[in-house]
Amino acid sequence: MAVIRDFAIQGGQMLLVLLLAPLLTGFVRKVKARLLRRQGPSVIQPYRDLARLLHKDVVLADNASWLFRVTPYLIFATTWVAAALVPTFATGLMFSWTADLIAIAALLAAVRFFLALAGMDVGTSFGGIGSSREVMIASLAEPAMLMIVFTLALVAKSTQLSTISTVMLSTQVGLRVSLGLVLVGLIIVAIAENARVPVDNPATHLELTMVHEAMILEYSGRHLAVIELAASLKLLLYVSLIACVFAPWGLAVAPVGPGGHLLGVATYLGKLAIGGFLLALFETMIAKMRVFRVPTFLGGALMLGLLGTLLLFMSRSL
Amino acid sequence: MSAPAFDALGAILLIPISAAALLALLPGYRVTARLNVLATSLTLAASLSLFFLERPTPGQYLLVDDLNVVFLVLNTFVGFTTSVFSASYISHELEIGRLTPNYLRFYHAMYQILMFAMNLALAANNIGLMWVAIELATLTTVLMVGIYRTHEAIEAAWKYFILGSVGIAMALFGTILIYLAAQPVMGGGMDAMLWTMLMQRVARFDPALLNIAFVFLLLGYGTKVGLAPLHAWLPDAHAEGPTPISAVLSGLLLNVALYAILRFKMLLAANERAIAPGPLMVAMGLGSLLFAAFMLYRRRDIKRMFAYSSIEHMGIITFAFGMGGALANFAGLLHMTMHSLTKSAIFFTVGHIAQVKGTQKMADIRGLTETHPLLGWGLIVGVFAIAGMPPLGIFLSEFLVVSSTFARAPVLAIPLVFGLLVAFGALLMRVNSLAFGEPQGSTEPVKASIVPLYAHLALVLGAGLYLPPPLVAWFQHVAGQLG
Amino acid sequence: MNGFDFDVAHLFAGGLVLVSFMMLYQDRLYALLNIFALHAIVLALSVGWQAYIQDAPHLYITTGIAIIFKGIVIPVALHRIIQRLGIHREIETVVGIGPTMLLGIGLVTMSMVVMLRVTVEADRLAREDTAMALSVFLLGLLMMVTRRNAVSQVIGFLSLENGLILAATGAKGMPLVVEMSVAFSILVAFIVIGIFLFRIRERFDTVNLHALDRFRGDQQ
Repeated sequence: MAVIRDFAIQGGQMLLVLLLAPLLTGFVRKVKARLLRRQGPSVIQPYRDLARLLHKDVVLADNASWLFRVTPYLIFATTWVAAALVPTFATGLMFSWTADLIAIAALLAAVRFFLALAGMDVGTSFGGIGSSREVMIASLAEPAMLMIVFTLALVAKSTQLSTISTVMLSTQVGLRVSLGLVLVGLIIVAIAENARVPVDNPATHLELTMVHEAMILEYSGRHLAVIELAASLKLLLYVSLIACVFAPWGLAVAPVGPGGHLLGVATYLGKLAIGGFLLALFETMIAKMRVFRVPTFLGGALMLGLLGTLLLFMSRSL
Repeated sequence: MSAPAFDALGAILLIPISAAALLALLPGYRVTARLNVLATSLTLAASLSLFFLERPTPGQYLLVDDLNVVFLVLNTFVGFTTSVFSASYISHELEIGRLTPNYLRFYHAMYQILMFAMNLALAANNIGLMWVAIELATLTTVLMVGIYRTHEAIEAAWKYFILGSVGIAMALFGTILIYLAAQPVMGGGMDAMLWTMLMQRVARFDPALLNIAFVFLLLGYGTKVGLAPLHAWLPDAHAEGPTPISAVLSGLLLNVALYAILRFKMLLAANERAIAPGPLMVAMGLGSLLFAAFMLYRRRDIKRMFAYSSIEHMGIITFAFGMGGALANFAGLLHMTMHSLTKSAIFFTVGHIAQVKGTQKMADIRGLTETHPLLGWGLIVGVFAIAGMPPLGIFLSEFLVVSSTFARAPVLAIPLVFGLLVAFGALLMRVNSLAFGEPQGSTEPVKASIVPLYAHLALVLGAGLYLPPPLVAWFQHVAGQLG
Repeated sequence: MNGFDFDVAHLFAGGLVLVSFMMLYQDRLYALLNIFALHAIVLALSVGWQAYIQDAPHLYITTGIAIIFKGIVIPVALHRIIQRLGIHREIETVVGIGPTMLLGIGLVTMSMVVMLRVTVEADRLAREDTAMALSVFLLGLLMMVTRRNAVSQVIGFLSLENGLILAATGAKGMPLVVEMSVAFSILVAFIVIGIFLFRIRERFDTVNLHALDRFRGDQQ
């Protein structure tokens, strides 16, 4: 009985993230439009886009290999698994022992790898540009992410997300400079990974400014639908990650009834809304960076992570 | 507590500062030059009285002991003779328009403030106060180096500012670390900053912290001493500033900075577990000596050459103190005194030469003994003195350094003697071309007073022949404490 | 001292190191001046907090000096100087920003290792403050060394001095702190105003130090 219930809750989380991802993307677009004094598309427009794309034919280039056809499903599956592992409304779920930060980082790295390969697969120049820029950004974002993971692991003495959230909820953790630095670093990494302004513009198709869009330029039909859904899931993943580590209030901690879970879901929806709003606000306020400035920007995140680790080491050894 | 002695100390400090205030306000060259000389002579009289009066007990801010009493008198004496030299030198500078009348007041006021700051640094018992005084001295000299406002002068002043300030900052950090070392043993508060109190309890301080503090202090104050590789400001500052300032810089300020290092070395020597600061000082001293000795050869500007000679001698002194032991320490103290007198005498000479010839380039100066015999022979005697020929004072101290090195670490004696000989050769070569040969350049008579120059040289010669016993006793006592 | 006091002091000291890094990151002169004003304000907060927990009211004077002189007067004065001299407003660095930041991290690590090892006997707050202070000092030194513009060198020196004031206030009960900070401030004020405004102005169009190199007297 307990096993079935745990299965149900874990399955519920998986379904929840899948359903909420396009909603988050739509919400962010709506808020951005409103901030720019436009009406903007409806919040459920991404669902309609997905449905439309699923009905369309796939147009494949002649020289597209098996990799090109397989990649969309691959990245969708991997991103869905990673998103489902991050605690959204409850900690201590059935598969939470696999929800290791390093594992999640590895899953996302696999996604990026295949996407970069697929971008280069057909041999167009746009795809090549996108892939090379993506890898350049990744070469700095990955170490920054790892530094952030180190710092969090030092504070919580584990890399498991459930444990980290529980530790952050408790009062052991005081006012810490390192955590502040790590938060800023994580936000920068999240922006870079999700191809958001100022690193990349998700709404553009200009050669000068594309990174993510350039890699998926050749996709159409159901392939494109699946990739778009995966991108939305990635955004949801990062927002949930930041929320569960730095704003863990409302998370249902292990032995709690359905009321606790409902409360968890409600607070989670609230956190998503706030996160989406802040993202839209940030994107509207700031201009996109020139591509050669992006490494400096990400280098800043790396420095913040390093500094956070150093400061933590120092206060430990005092 | 002896009131008259405190009055003397107070006078040494108050006379310069009130003179500075007056000089900042009075216009006109004659009055201010004479007031300058008067102020420095009064200060000299006050410090001479310290020899005869009973020593006061060390207070919260000031103290007089064997180490600083000689340097106080030396400081005020050289300040006095330099002000006499400056009085006549500056009139010429005013004539040729290198110095404007506005800046004259500034110059005199800064000169007195510099004297005040150096005296305060020497007489300070409080390590924080000593730092503040040295910082004030740095400030005044930076402003004075740039006083001619040519491109080169500004560059020299800027370089001096940057390097000097970084050095001062490092010295402050070292001072804070000393306080931190003293705090667990002595509690906080003023006592932990007083040198006499620190000396009593230093054996119980944390040696690691003392070591790091000394490294910072050596690097910081060592920048002001001009030890290689921190010397980069020295040649430019000497060459571009007015000559009286070069004399004071070389003769006095370098000494004051070295004195500060000595105070801290005495602290460290009293703590057995702290590592001996010797090797570091030996390395820096020897490095400075060899570097400066070779740099002497290719100089074309006369003031720059003697600036490198200052670096060389500071290197010798640091080396002597690094070697340690009673004999080497005594030699170092003696060398500090002799070098101060000799170098300022040389800069007086150089100032005269630059004024009569109108240039500082050595290629344009020839045959001084024919056109200006007093000046030429003064230069020769001065260079002989600074190169270490007997029977002048510096020979005595260099001989003592070399012999103690032979006794303690014969291997080091080789580079030491090599450096000394290289410098000797360079200096004699130069003086040969300057003093003899076909006269070149203008033959105007010397306008400034030549008395200070000869007074210094006479003292150096006298010291080479006979050292007064109280002086020897004081130096020996301090040498013992230096470890 | 209790945990909260220590945490807040740690917050301010760590913040000071962070702002030093932010200064290293800048490549525009006005932005650098603003970040320097922030540096001074964080220092003022730190010193004010120390004054509160150490019960040392004379440190409030240092706080005041930090805010008024370094947070307001000097940035405004430098702003005016830059405008009047028409100084080139982009900061040229000797090495790129990336390697500079890496060097900075190396220096911070080294200073923490050295200071924590050496100050075993002192109390917690003093140890941490001296480690952070040495880091800020070295970062200021790094900034002076890797910049070609004279204004950014002066800013580097001022930030180095801020680190020293942090160290001095962290050492509990150190006398003469106020006097020392005043002395330093006078030094800086005289130098910045004296040499800069009246002397360099008449001679140079740019304060790029390569221009100064032409007048190096070394070759004489």
